[in-house]
Order: sequence, then structure tokens, then C-alpha cells
Amino acid sequence: MSARGDVRTYSGFRAMTLVCLVVLYSPLIIVTVYSFNASRSITVWEGLSLQWYADVFWGPESGKFKQAAINSFSIALIAATMSTAIATSAATGIVRGGRFRLRTASLGLISLPLMVPEIVTAVATLIFFNFIGFTRGYLTILVAHIAFCIPFAYLPIQARMQGIEDTFEQAAQDLYATKAQAFRRVLLPMMMPGIIAGFLLAFIVSLDDFIITNFVKGAGVETLPTAIFGSVKQGIKPNIMAISTMLLVVSIAMVTISYVVSKKDSST
Amino acid sequence: MAGAAAVGGSVRSETYASARNWLLLPSWAVLGIFVLAPVAMMLVYSFLTKEFRGGVIWEFTLAAYDQFFFDRGLFGDEPAKIEWTYILIFWRSIWQAGLATVLALLIGFPTAYFIATRPAHTRTVWVFLITIPYWVNLLIRTVSMKFLLRDQGPLNDFLLWTGLIDDPIRIINTNAAVQIGLFYSYLPFMVLPIYASVERYNFALSEAAADLYADKWTTLRRIVIPSVRPGIVAGCILVFVPSLGAFLAPDLLGGAKNFMIGSLIEEQFKGNAGNWPFGAAASMILLTLVLIILVFLARQQARAEREATP
Repeated sequence: MSARGDVRTYSGFRAMTLVCLVVLYSPLIIVTVYSFNASRSITVWEGLSLQWYADVFWGPESGKFKQAAINSFSIALIAATMSTAIATSAATGIVRGGRFRLRTASLGLISLPLMVPEIVTAVATLIFFNFIGFTRGYLTILVAHIAFCIPFAYLPIQARMQGIEDTFEQAAQDLYATKAQAFRRVLLPMMMPGIIAGFLLAFIVSLDDFIITNFVKGAGVETLPTAIFGSVKQGIKPNIMAISTMLLVVSIAMVTISYVVSKKDSST
Repeated sequence: MAGAAAVGGSVRSETYASARNWLLLPSWAVLGIFVLAPVAMMLVYSFLTKEFRGGVIWEFTLAAYDQFFFDRGLFGDEPAKIEWTYILIFWRSIWQAGLATVLALLIGFPTAYFIATRPAHTRTVWVFLITIPYWVNLLIRTVSMKFLLRDQGPLNDFLLWTGLIDDPIRIINTNAAVQIGLFYSYLPFMVLPIYASVERYNFALSEAAADLYADKWTTLRRIVIPSVRPGIVAGCILVFVPSLGAFLAPDLLGGAKNFMIGSLIEEQFKGNAGNWPFGAAASMILLTLVLIILVFLARQQARAEREATP
């Protein structure tokens, strides 16, 4: 065994992995640390303080951030719910629909937002709303988010459904359940971990989006990323680091939940 | 971007075949109307005449593409010369994205290999550690990088403290800052597909090579890397493609001199100075480039699958 381990491992690869993790995490850790800085200046460290968090909630810009947070979270909640429902329905059609001619085309259409560069989707969506005469604002952001969140919700749902044998639904139908009942009472509960994971991923993707939102938002409507971007253009201020840290915690928490939910289930 | 290869699968059932069209209808409708139709609309707009306050006039013209490739003087009456400005911006984007990809490969390959050779139960934790940063807001990550790389930022402080440098080095607003930013943004995309390939790699091949007196680096070069090539190609494309159209890293880290395609496109739709047909045409050219690369990827993977199942 030891000789075999020798053949497999390369000295230096462990160090490179460490470099990789340091690169990935150090900017995030540093911003988190500096968000607790007591100094007004971002260059000097003057000890721990929560003042920039207080500034986010009660400071001069708190109104702007509050409105942006309400927009961001309500859009993420509605977009994730809608796209998860659409993705669940599509996954059922594709995984449980047998062979059919439009299968590849449907899969291509679903993965389209992943393949087209985000800036191109943004331009196209802006042009489309302009063409049909839709005024840019909250609603245009919401609609665009529902569309591009679909593939992110779809992937874990499809993966989960492919792991479920169809004998369960068939047994239900043999016991005189209708197709709809078999879906709702048997298939849907078994798919739940995939659906939750898909919902959470769609939620984060919507919450994080900057480029598409920036194109379709119109004047006056801001989400957290567009508000942060506007602020950063005038230089990085400590309160931006505090908001960033809070958003970072939300994202990491949701990914962790999504990971735990889908893991827990694959072990049973 | 990971969708093309991941979507689809082998388990098939016909339980809901009769309801199939109704089940697929919502996704067809939403994606057809709000993604596919807009891209078609963008193609149409790229052939229209520009309106000076943003937007278009419905008159068919090739002016946007002409402006992209040719210079006909200030009044458009001189003999056409090649217009280098936009071609150079595209070239710079390809170059920057390429360097970021090479950097990501140099760090990503050893990482992916290392993770794939860990015991099975710790692998998922490693993969999770690599995945987390991807899900953190890209804007926040780019802002963090900007903060880190500043002239008086933590990186310069650290380098001064170690005595490696005597004066702060200027990183922000240089090409290098953009490359670092792109590399940092998409590094997880390099690690994950290579990891998936190395995990399936049969290490008995390495042992056989060692038995035949190949040294380890020869084994890596001649046996391991060719075997996991589909993963390497996928990783490179997954880093290169989003880097090519990136907006945040060049905009926040590169400053005005290090313009890339993303900023060129964005500028056409901001404020009143924009030229919508030109922005649409530049987007179409970017999309065409990306589609060519993705078709190349699909063919590579199809070939790899054919080779794997003789």
C-alpha cells in the first residue's frame, strides 16, 4: 500500500492546494476582519468595533440600504419560488417523460442562461423590454431573475429525481392513486431535498446578480449589489465592508444548508 | 456555464409521458420569451440605425458591424481602413482571459489532483471548500480583491513587512490586477471538472508506468495528463468563457486604461452617449465567439466519450 501511495502523490501538490485555498479565502477573510475596524480610515487598524454595522442600520445611508435589501430579498424570494416551481415541472417532464423528440432541445433551452455570457443576456433582456415597451423597474428585474434562475434550480432537482426509481409512483398508481396524487403524495416528498437545494441555489444566484440587474433595473430602483457597486465607485468605505460581510454570511449559510440537505438524503 | 455537460442523464422513465408537454410548457414559455426571444431581438437590433439618445430607429443597416471593423473617417466618405480600436479591445480580452486561464490551470490542476487522491470521506469536504467561494457574491469578491490589492492595502503591507519590497508596488489599475481578478473569480470552475476527471482516473496506470521505470513526472506528463484531458479542457473553457465577457473585474480592478469587451458593451447602453446597435453587434460577436468555443468543447467531450467506450 505504501508503494502505491508513493506513485499517486506528488510533492508540492499539497502546497499548491494550500495556495489555492489561501487565494480563495484571504480576500474574504480580510474584508470580514476590516468590517470590525474601529477606525474611520480603511488603511489603519484601530481595534474592534461594531460601529460600521450600526452605521449600515442607522447611519445616514441606512434608508438607501434598507430599500435595496427589501428589493433584493423580495426579488430573490419570488424569483427562487417561481423558478423552482418551473424547474420541478420541467424536470418531471424530462426525467419521467420517456423518449421524445424535443428532449435535447428542451435541455438546451434550460441550460441556455448558463451558456450565454451574462453581459449578453443582460443586453438582450434590456433590448427586449425596450422593444415591447415595458418600463424598467422592479418588475423587469423580477422577470429577468425568474428566467436566469431556472437552470440553477433545475440541476439539483434533476439530479435528485434521477436517483429515484419510478417503481414508487407506479406502486401508488397500482393502488388507484391518480397521476397527480402519485406525484404530490409520493414523488414530490421524495424529491424534496433536491427541490430545497435548487431553491436555495436559485435564491443565492438571484441575490448575487449584478450585471443583468444593472441593465434592466431602470432609474431609482436598486438592489444590494447595484447599491454596493454605486458606493464602491466612490471608494471602498467601511460600511460597505460591513454589508458585504453580512451578505457573505447569508450566502455561505444557504450553500451550507443546501449541501447538508442534499448530503443527508443521499446517505439514506 | 457548467450546464452543457451536466444537464441530461441516463435514468429514464415514462411515468409522466402523457403530461410531458404540460410539464415542460412553463419552462419553454419563460425561457423562450425572456431568454431566446431577447437574443433574437438583439440580433435584429444590431442591424438597425442608432438613435442619438439611446435606442434605435427602425431602418435596416450594416453600420454597427461596419463601425466595428472599418474606419471610414470622420464623415464616412474616406476609403475604408481596418478599424483597430475594437479589434484590439477584443484581442486584449482574449489575452487577459487566456492569462487568467493559464494561472488558474497552474494552481487548479495540482489542487484538483491533490483532492482526488484524498480518502473518499474527506474529498467531499475539500470539494465543498472549493465550491463555497463560487457562491459568494462576485461583486463582493471583486471588491475584496480591490481592497486587498490597494497601494496601501494588506498585500502591500505584508510584502513591506516581510522586507521583500521597499516601496509599495502598484497593482491596482494594471493589467495584472485584471488577470488576478479574473483568475480569482473563476478558479473554482477550473478545479471542479479536473477533479471529476482525476477521480475517475485509474491509478493502476500510474503503477504500471512506475513498474516500467517511468519517473513520477514522466508519468504525470505522459499518462495522467492525457487521461484527464477532457477535464482540463472543460476547466479551461469554464474559466476562459466567463472571463472573456467579464465586467466587474476589469471595471473595478483595471481602471479606464484596461478596457475589456464587457465594459465596451456596457458603455453603449449607459446614459445618453450610447449606441445600441453597436452594443448589440459587439454582443453578437462575443456570443458567436463563445458559441464556437462551446461547440469545440462539446465535440471534444463527445470524442472522449467515444474513446472511453470502445
